[in-house]
Amino acid sequence: MTQPSAHRDNAREDALTEAESTADGGSGASSGRRRGDVAVPALGPVGMLRWAWTQLTSMRTALMLLLLLAVAAVPGSLFPQRVQGQAAVERWLDDHPTAGPILDSLQVFDVYSSFWFSAIYLLLFTSLVGCIIPRAKKHLEQMSSPPPRTPRRLERLPQHGAVELDDDGPAPEQAVREAARVLKGRRYRVDVREASTDARGREVPASVGAEKGYLREIGNLLFHVSLVGVLICVAAGSMFSYSGQKIVTEDESFVNSLVSYDNFVPGTAFDESQMEPFSVTLDSFERIFDRENPSHYGQPLDFTADVTVREEPGAEPEEHELKVNHPLTFGGARVFLVGNGYAPEVTVRDGAGDVAYSGPVVARAQDSVYTSTVVIKAPDARPEQLSFVGLLLPTAQEGDSGAAVSVDPALQNPQLQLNSYAGDLGLDSGEPQNVYVLDTEGLTELNSRTSESGGLSLGVGETAELPDGLGSISFDGVTNYIGIDIHYNPGKTGVLIFALAALAGLILSLFLRRRRAWVTATTNEAGRTLVTYGLLARGEDFRLREETIALRSRFEKQWPVRAPEQAHHETPTDEQDGPGRRGRGASGREK
Amino acid sequence: MPTFTGSIDQELAQYSDLFMLIAALIYTGAFLMFALDIARSSVTIRRLEADLAAEQEAERAERSAQVRATASAGAGSSAAGSAGAGGFDAEGSGEAPGAVEASAEDLVDDEMTYTGIARPLANVAVALTILAALAHGFAVGARATAAGRVPWGNMYEFLTTGALVVAAVYLVSLLRKDLRFLGTFAVGLVVVMMTAATIGFPTPLGHLQPSLQSPWIVIHVSVAVFSMGLFTLTFAMSVLQLIQHRREAKRAAGMLSDTGGWQFMRMVPSAMALENRAYRINTIGFVTWTLTLIFGAIWAEEAWGRYWGWDTKEVWTFVVWVVYAGYLHARATRGWTGSRSAWLSIIGFACVIFNFTVVNTLFAGLHSYAGLPE
Ligand code: HEM
Repeated sequence: MTQPSAHRDNAREDALTEAESTADGGSGASSGRRRGDVAVPALGPVGMLRWAWTQLTSMRTALMLLLLLAVAAVPGSLFPQRVQGQAAVERWLDDHPTAGPILDSLQVFDVYSSFWFSAIYLLLFTSLVGCIIPRAKKHLEQMSSPPPRTPRRLERLPQHGAVELDDDGPAPEQAVREAARVLKGRRYRVDVREASTDARGREVPASVGAEKGYLREIGNLLFHVSLVGVLICVAAGSMFSYSGQKIVTEDESFVNSLVSYDNFVPGTAFDESQMEPFSVTLDSFERIFDRENPSHYGQPLDFTADVTVREEPGAEPEEHELKVNHPLTFGGARVFLVGNGYAPEVTVRDGAGDVAYSGPVVARAQDSVYTSTVVIKAPDARPEQLSFVGLLLPTAQEGDSGAAVSVDPALQNPQLQLNSYAGDLGLDSGEPQNVYVLDTEGLTELNSRTSESGGLSLGVGETAELPDGLGSISFDGVTNYIGIDIHYNPGKTGVLIFALAALAGLILSLFLRRRRAWVTATTNEAGRTLVTYGLLARGEDFRLREETIALRSRFEKQWPVRAPEQAHHETPTDEQDGPGRRGRGASGREK
Repeated sequence: MPTFTGSIDQELAQYSDLFMLIAALIYTGAFLMFALDIARSSVTIRRLEADLAAEQEAERAERSAQVRATASAGAGSSAAGSAGAGGFDAEGSGEAPGAVEASAEDLVDDEMTYTGIARPLANVAVALTILAALAHGFAVGARATAAGRVPWGNMYEFLTTGALVVAAVYLVSLLRKDLRFLGTFAVGLVVVMMTAATIGFPTPLGHLQPSLQSPWIVIHVSVAVFSMGLFTLTFAMSVLQLIQHRREAKRAAGMLSDTGGWQFMRMVPSAMALENRAYRINTIGFVTWTLTLIFGAIWAEEAWGRYWGWDTKEVWTFVVWVVYAGYLHARATRGWTGSRSAWLSIIGFACVIFNFTVVNTLFAGLHSYAGLPE
């Protein structure tokens, strides 16, 4: 692409600087002065190739890998992910019997731990490390060595200008020292150079070289190093982490040990001894619904779980409130309120009149009015095992279709609508079963809306007899349950610290300016001191012009300066550089 | 944050709805004015050229009495301005000569300062935008006051607040730079957002659901919306940059006659000036987006116990971040500056919009707060 851009990357700048400072020192000496215009880094062809390779290839590779990373992350939002939940993935696989297994083998359901996603970010971070180490070294060198050599022709720099001092102004050597003080006052690091002659016997005027904004590069390095830090903490954190879920009904306790979880996900380096032995008992649960706004009537406003916690077995019990967004903390482990619902309490009696099941059953809310699905399994019932599936309606009302529906999330008229089944539940086979799902295949339907005996519909305190004397079910009341998530991740503090460090580095590197300035002083034909200055930015700098203007006004305050019109013609610019574009753009002379 | 205890001020809520509609209507008027300004730009330009010619005529007379060197400064403020900005970067001496001629034809200054070109239609448009933004600000403020909480709890509120931020960011930038050429884009987007909010997602005022009741919503969402306001501006600049770039290439190849081409583009700064300005805004946008990401992670940690879980919304926030990181790298990579980086800025914005619209409404995730009826 030949399109010009205002951005000078470091490579181009370095080339310029090199060319300026060694203008005539290289191989082109015999070709005379004009050769100095061509940017020939003093590195030799091999060195230049290597330089080109590190500058071009790695930066471009980094860019490609970054873009690739963005693209590779997208499928994770289009396909269900196992990190989000196994159930959605299973459903997708069931729905797509051909595409599913193929995509699964490509790890499309585990994008963020897939071999291809990992390959991209590992390559990226390898490139990153390979990039920052030499950069850091180079920057350290630059910080401990004086600012770069003074270019021979300052007027070739993007920003430059000259002031001619009055007859009573200081001599060149003195002017340079004073210029150094001015630059220092603007927080440049300065290096004063005496007048001398170079290797080829030409006179080199006294000058000062200055540079500031070293923090910009440090910011850049800090940013990139911190990204590596984030990655390491994320990886280490997930190795030692664990998380899990548990449903707790009122008056029930949860003890933090492996056996008590409904669902548990350990990290690869997890060890059970890491688990804090706390316990949480749900004393009561309260929901507040919006009762004022007609438009949002019944929208949940607040959930509060009153819990009793013990830090460890035998510790003093403490009462706490557990709310959404307000977790409980035990050492490194945190307990979050993530869900809630109703648990109807039922008693199932079998054909022999014995209690086959008694207690709360977790009902899963399906909508905003807490219409909840219920599955009851009573494997102890005799002569036949009994099971029930149906709905809990918190506020039941006759619906349009004749069937009852829930019209409010609060418990105003709770009702159970159930189908009942008899037959072997298959729980003895040892195969794990989902407690929230009833596989009715192979079971004998006893009650349903389509069956002869009709569906079961129970209010609180009511009991229904099952057909054929197989038993009965009573609806004793409703309690609450909460769903809690327990999370332990020791890496998160590190992740946060490195993320904030990256942010700080980013701000430094994007908004600080790295600038170099040089000032030379000579005596012109009229015997007056002529101070020439030039500025160069490394990286993006849109305010270099302002800096030049500020510097010039400092000089004008420092010395008795001759008016620009008088000085104009004596400015030793290049012959081609008339008062045209370059001269104008380059300095604040007109101001 | 027991925000749920207060009751909702229904009357104020109605005023809010009313002013939202009024604001949307005035924005539409402003948008039409901006569009008209584009359509009439050839007239403006002709008038301007007549003025310039007269001015130069007067100067020539004056100049004949003076030294040659002094006069070159009078070649029109626009030429001087763009040469100034161009001179700063033109260390590659090969690029310089063409640019001098180019600046003679363009009528605005690359520094995007106000040049005093009279554009009555654009001025009316700006005035209307200010008026609309005032009504809009009142509407959003009234909604917040009526509910006693921050006004970003559902899609309607995201859109109306987001539109207000876009308008405000645009108006504030106008104080510093002459970005009137962006008006059609910025205000057009505001109109789209307001229309989508009031027609697509009208949501009566309510309280926040428990999962949104966190101080982090204030911090996280406000930074996110602010970043989106910035990315909107840079998106428009990048699009114009691509158009301007093609025009400049054509002109360089001598394929563009003086009257041909898209007249309006003569009132738009050069591709390079657009690129620089977009870059500077994008750097701020990238920093605030990084903050969005960090605050979002902190909030996720507070609410769900994990700072990052590759939820759909999180995926897209990450994608946006990586694309803009790519953009910043591209600006430092040879061969990737100019049009290619402009494309990355455009793609980044497309991802932002996707994240905001499609992900909010169609994808199920923990972040489904769109407040849409089931
Ligand atoms: C994890 C992936 C990376 C991300 C997210 C990232 C992000 C960024 C960002 C946002 C910037 C601009 C801010 C600044 O100047 O500090 C930047 C600059 C830079 N990055 Fe990266 N980077 C990544 C990897 C790399 C790699 C692998 C390299 C080495 C090839 C690299 C080299 C650079 C350089 C040299 C700059 C400075 C550009 C300039 O001088 O303007 N980055 N990076």
